[in-house]
Amino acid sequence: MSLTLEHVSRIVDNQVYIDDACLNFEPGSFNVLLGRTLAGKTSLMRLLAGLDRPTSGRILMNGADVTGVPVRKRNVSMVYQQFINYPTMTVFENIASPLRQAGVAQAEIERKVQETARMLHIENLLRRHPLELSGGQQQRTAMARALVKDADLVLFDEPLVNLDYKLREELRQEMRELFQARRTIAIYATTEPNEALALGGTTTILHEGRVVQSGKTAEVYHRPQQVLAAELFSEPPINLMSGGISGTEVSFEDAVHFPLNPDLRGLGEGAYRFGVRPSHIGLVPSNDDDLELAVTVDLAEISGSETFLHVRNEHFTLVLHLPGVHEYDVDTPILVYIPTHKLFVFDTRGKLAQAPSRRLVRSA
Amino acid sequence: MSKRKRVVLLIYILFLLVPIYWLLNMSFKSNTEILGGLSLWPHGFTLDNYRVIFTDPSWYRGYLNSLYYVSLNTLISLSVALPAAYAFSRYRFLGDKHLFFWLLTNRMAPPAVFLLPFFQLYSSIGLFDTHIAVALAHCLFNVPLAVWILEGFMSGVPKEIDETAYIDGYSFPKFFVKIFIPLIGSGIGVTAFFCFMFSWVELLLARTLTSVEAKPIVAVMTRTVSASGIDWGVLAAAGVLTILPGMLVIWFVRNHVAKGFALGRV
Repeated sequence: MSLTLEHVSRIVDNQVYIDDACLNFEPGSFNVLLGRTLAGKTSLMRLLAGLDRPTSGRILMNGADVTGVPVRKRNVSMVYQQFINYPTMTVFENIASPLRQAGVAQAEIERKVQETARMLHIENLLRRHPLELSGGQQQRTAMARALVKDADLVLFDEPLVNLDYKLREELRQEMRELFQARRTIAIYATTEPNEALALGGTTTILHEGRVVQSGKTAEVYHRPQQVLAAELFSEPPINLMSGGISGTEVSFEDAVHFPLNPDLRGLGEGAYRFGVRPSHIGLVPSNDDDLELAVTVDLAEISGSETFLHVRNEHFTLVLHLPGVHEYDVDTPILVYIPTHKLFVFDTRGKLAQAPSRRLVRSA
Repeated sequence: MSKRKRVVLLIYILFLLVPIYWLLNMSFKSNTEILGGLSLWPHGFTLDNYRVIFTDPSWYRGYLNSLYYVSLNTLISLSVALPAAYAFSRYRFLGDKHLFFWLLTNRMAPPAVFLLPFFQLYSSIGLFDTHIAVALAHCLFNVPLAVWILEGFMSGVPKEIDETAYIDGYSFPKFFVKIFIPLIGSGIGVTAFFCFMFSWVELLLARTLTSVEAKPIVAVMTRTVSASGIDWGVLAAAGVLTILPGMLVIWFVRNHVAKGFALGRV
């Protein structure tokens, strides 16, 4: 079962929800849709499910056109961000509901429901009603209902958003295992780059209804084809500075100059935009080609055992993502070190010109 | 403070119940005792008044007629309002808001306005003095009310439940009956209660559109002045029996009504 979108658009009341999306999902793959709110993740999922019809374009399932086929006739299942169950039915009946509609025999229903419930650790709750359960258990029920039938396509629309942190971690880990042995296409929407990285598979970055980049998650992360992809697939967003290369020198904002290192030598002279990940900037030098910058602290945002350090000089601001707790007073002058071999270089139109090579990423 | 509150509440309830108590009191007295003087409870306790009502067909048929057209009306109102309310709550269509408001305005006109056209129309097509005539006439104010209440309840059900049902493979009718209706059960209970109540107490249309065959109890009660004067005791007993169905219905839906006031629009 492969799923293909051909130039699919959806426009409602002159507002573009999805703009000319061309995508392909392989059978047995785990796909992440990454984008901020209003990027079109839900709209795209509703088109894939058949809940909405595209304004133009075609959707192909295994080569057959299913654009106009209503959701009932497609073999899909979906888990929403809200916990959606039938409140008047027990958990057992909730999970059994798609099987009952498909006319599966009672014994088979019993077996499948038990099996799925065990997989999601809710086998002792089958007699209860959904509203008597905690949020995590309710969402597990919804997921069980989605998994109990062997759907060709399973859609998860930010299913873990409304859960507490620990449950999220737990379910996210289980998520991959649940799909390991299946031939279904799983599509998972999220706003968090880290979640996409944790889930692996392939990632499609959406922004304002357009597909920015699609590919293997690691590939998309390490080689963002556009500035936008790099910004979206990074939390906090990647630091960007405009600058240029002239002769054997690189400059940021005509203010910071450093010698061209071997990695960037192939680029040629001209104006560029340089990006560096917040986690790559350090407080101590890590390599001999590090660029030392004198900056002042704007804010030290401490979140648990991590610190997001916002700093600036006269020309640009930077965000550092540091492990551990680092407390600074505002306006403290400090030195930060940018490893110049880990720079992303984009041309002036935003296209990737050079990504840091993976060899160096590994050694760091 | 709380003691004073309790006293005030007690007095309030006392005053509220005095007329009803008096009605009950009268229904157990003979006419001579009622007209004889003030007595706070029936001295010569009698069930004769009730016996008259349960044995005289002109009395008990009034109740049966009323119950019949009221049930009929509740049934019609609900079956018409359920799909209408679903459409209003789930779909956007041309003029939906105006239509919804227009439905409500039907409640604003006094029923007397519709009296003449109803009477003439029903007479000319042979519906006069039938139960269905009254039931249909009462739809005038019960259907808008039912749509309004049900729409509130239905809008409280997330649309995703509908979609999940379709994804699970339910057809629309099956989803509506097996999943949606149980979900808004209390809303339907509240709606049925209000339809029942308004139809039960309505006098003007019910009396005008009937003569003998479908004469409602409220009409029977207003026509009890006989040659021997007014039969106070029987009238009081009839009054008590008229309150009873309402009390029963309230008893059954009391939990739902509380929910209804919180969730729906009532």
